[in-house]
Amino acid sequence: MTGRRAWLRTAVLAGLAPLGGRVLAAQEPGLIPLGGRGDVGALADTFSVGRLGERTVPLDNDEAIRKLELGLKCPCPCGLDIYTCRTTDFTCTFSPESHKEIMGYVQGGRSADEITAIFVEKYGEKALMAPKAEGFNLAGYLVPGIAVLMAGTVLTLVLQRRARVAAAAGAFAAPSNAGLPQVGNATPDELERLRRAMADDA
Amino acid sequence: MTLLGTFSLWVALLLSVWGTVFAFAGGWRTRPDLARTITRSVHAVFACVLVASLALWKGIISHDFNIEYVAAYTSRNLPGYYLFSAFWAGQRGSLLLWSLVLAIFASLAQLLTGRRHAQMLPYVAGVTSAVQAFFVLTMVAAANPFDRLPYTPFDGRGLNPQLQNVYMTIHPPMLYFGYISTTIPFAFAIAALLQGKLDTGWIHAIRKWTITSWIFLSVAITLGMKWAYVELGWGGYWAWDPVENASLLPWLTMTAFLHSVMIQEKRGMLKRWNVALVAASFFLTIFGTFITRSGVIQSVHSFAQSNVGTWFLSFLIVAGILTYTLLYVRWPRLEPEVPLESMVSREAAFLFNNVILVGIAFSVLWGTVFPIISEWVTGTKITVGVPFFNRVNAPLGLGLLALTGIGPLIAWRKASAANLQRQFIFPVITGVSVLGALLAAGMRDGYALTSFALAAFTFGTIVQEYGRGVRARMRMHREDVFTAIGRLVARNRRRYGGYLVHVGVLLYFVGFAGQAFVVQKQANLKPGESVTLKSPFGYDYTFTHLGISQYKQANRMTSAASTRITRAGKPHGVMTSEKRQHFTTDASGNEVPSFEPSTEIGLRTDLREDVYIVFAGAIRGADGLPSEEASYRININPLVMWVWIGCLFLFIGGIITMWPGSGATALASERKGEGGYRVAMAGAEP
Repeated sequence: MTGRRAWLRTAVLAGLAPLGGRVLAAQEPGLIPLGGRGDVGALADTFSVGRLGERTVPLDNDEAIRKLELGLKCPCPCGLDIYTCRTTDFTCTFSPESHKEIMGYVQGGRSADEITAIFVEKYGEKALMAPKAEGFNLAGYLVPGIAVLMAGTVLTLVLQRRARVAAAAGAFAAPSNAGLPQVGNATPDELERLRRAMADDA
Repeated sequence: MTLLGTFSLWVALLLSVWGTVFAFAGGWRTRPDLARTITRSVHAVFACVLVASLALWKGIISHDFNIEYVAAYTSRNLPGYYLFSAFWAGQRGSLLLWSLVLAIFASLAQLLTGRRHAQMLPYVAGVTSAVQAFFVLTMVAAANPFDRLPYTPFDGRGLNPQLQNVYMTIHPPMLYFGYISTTIPFAFAIAALLQGKLDTGWIHAIRKWTITSWIFLSVAITLGMKWAYVELGWGGYWAWDPVENASLLPWLTMTAFLHSVMIQEKRGMLKRWNVALVAASFFLTIFGTFITRSGVIQSVHSFAQSNVGTWFLSFLIVAGILTYTLLYVRWPRLEPEVPLESMVSREAAFLFNNVILVGIAFSVLWGTVFPIISEWVTGTKITVGVPFFNRVNAPLGLGLLALTGIGPLIAWRKASAANLQRQFIFPVITGVSVLGALLAAGMRDGYALTSFALAAFTFGTIVQEYGRGVRARMRMHREDVFTAIGRLVARNRRRYGGYLVHVGVLLYFVGFAGQAFVVQKQANLKPGESVTLKSPFGYDYTFTHLGISQYKQANRMTSAASTRITRAGKPHGVMTSEKRQHFTTDASGNEVPSFEPSTEIGLRTDLREDVYIVFAGAIRGADGLPSEEASYRININPLVMWVWIGCLFLFIGGIITMWPGSGATALASERKGEGGYRVAMAGAEP
């Protein structure tokens, strides 16, 4: 990297530090270090570290399972999907259990659709992070798009009609200013006020 | 202090009610004496609410745990800056903050509004006093922050660890500034409707308020995203949570207004639409607060729920009916002054931009409330989460991005084919080139490709607009390029500041598109063990677990897992992710755990990608106790930095557009005159 590039990069990053800064609080040095014990250093304070982590197994990183879990809601009231909950909320006991259940189904040869169906049967349709696109749920998916399309279509038709009418009437050549002061006929005072109003519009 | 605080709130309530009644009566009967008195009452309400706010802060700082609110949200060992922000940690303090900010804005509106719009001020005072009366009434009747406990606990419960974050000291006030400042444009709109003076006067009066409100909302939403990113630990920053959605709704309608108001100013069109948008923005802020406070919709933002939802809903219904009835009554007087000349014009592009912005707002609102509607219709509970919102909103968002690039390329009134060809050729080439390059590089994600291509197209538009302006100045005034850029922006702040805002918007889309390429891995590592991960930019990262250290820090016990990182074989620093157990003290001075242990991520960020490490937990050792073996979740999140840079552009561009002073040029005035701009002079009957 050239010197100029390095300088620019440093300057940009320094300027952005307040927005993109690292989590400084997480990097603070300790005040009262406590020694560990045991082969891999058993922790001295067993309480504050929270619920113990689960040993990772290869299926934890399976992309198909991750995608499946992203579509299934955790049974706890967090509102998150199973994957996000189990990898974020380390106090939740539901999502790790659901994950184990899913891994069990996968090892048992069940497909993603079958596993999804099992969860829907068990918890109801709210087990899905997005409702199936069928029945009344179609309204959920389609209404916004239809509303925008309809609004766009109506707007297009109305504007086309108005533009045609206005063009036919020659409105643009000599706009009708009924009820409004004409700029050309305005008094000096009115013109000054108009100038001020326009100056504000910058 | 609690007595003083409660007393101040009662006085503020009486003054607000008095101000509401006499403001409308004074405005109606054209009584300048009443108008002057009402202005003073607005300032007096501000003084009362300020006294109440200081009383609450005094209670918090002096650890007066006999005050229920202080006991619920603070503790003796809470660091000082969080004592300050604990003011808005709960429902009751948030309402007081709302009231305080509204009082500030109401006073400023009276002080800063020029003489040209002074006739509207009594009605403006009436509306702000009515809104203030509602908030103060809600506090004194249902959520008084000064309620006392029947006993005095030795220590408070402490502040939720997720709120002990620097972004939570600024995000809520910024959001409230954004929310509450929409009251002022709303008040001017009501004043214009009541007075029947529906020319551009009220639009000019609120210009800076609307931009201020929009800037606050933009920055606040982004700060909330940043907080979610660094504090919640799931690796993203936007989850379509109902409360996030609630903050987005007024931002979308305000953005629509900032565009459509230009059509009213330049062409005298869309008067009804603009009044409706200003009112909708205000009501959506109230709706957002209703969503946040009522608990009617499940949300991760459960910090401040209570029973005041019914109050907000009632206010929303009553104020909504009154406002839209008034709009209906004035409907005939809001006729457009000139018709649209062509479908291929900037006016039309702005209209379609409005359709999409309001369409997205509707879509977000629809998705947020659809679980309730579905349960009501079918009796079945459903979840509407991230996949739903992404599927429904991504096409609309991309349409908006496209219009962001298209709008400035089309001339006002009517664009010719030759004009369109000349204008579009460079941006289209830019967008297609980027698309081709990304396809050649192997990118295949449809949404990401579209986002990058449209962002490039929009960027091409902006570069072209700046380029033409700068070249013209260099040619006409013999200026060097930097002087030309500076003067170009200074002479037409609104236009070129607006383009900077557009740069910000496209950078957000670039950041959002990066989410398609997140890679992540879970691993449990003993000290000295490593795991590798390949980033989307092709770097090989190695993460080596160094160990877990435990120590006391301020009001918590920290377990910190440290990881040494190399990127492409070169050292990339040491990162630390933590588990924190906060505690308070009991009467004997013993430390008592408060809240569940929380997690703090480790983050290393640059322009390309973020390394994001989460210490998921310690692994049980052979002796059954937690060991230094750690369970990690590691993410490489590409392009996240561009979201925060986008916010910076939004902020700078917004400030430029509203920077005081005359930046108008004779040329701009001439152009406006040519564009058919007509002004109904103050006092002239339409």
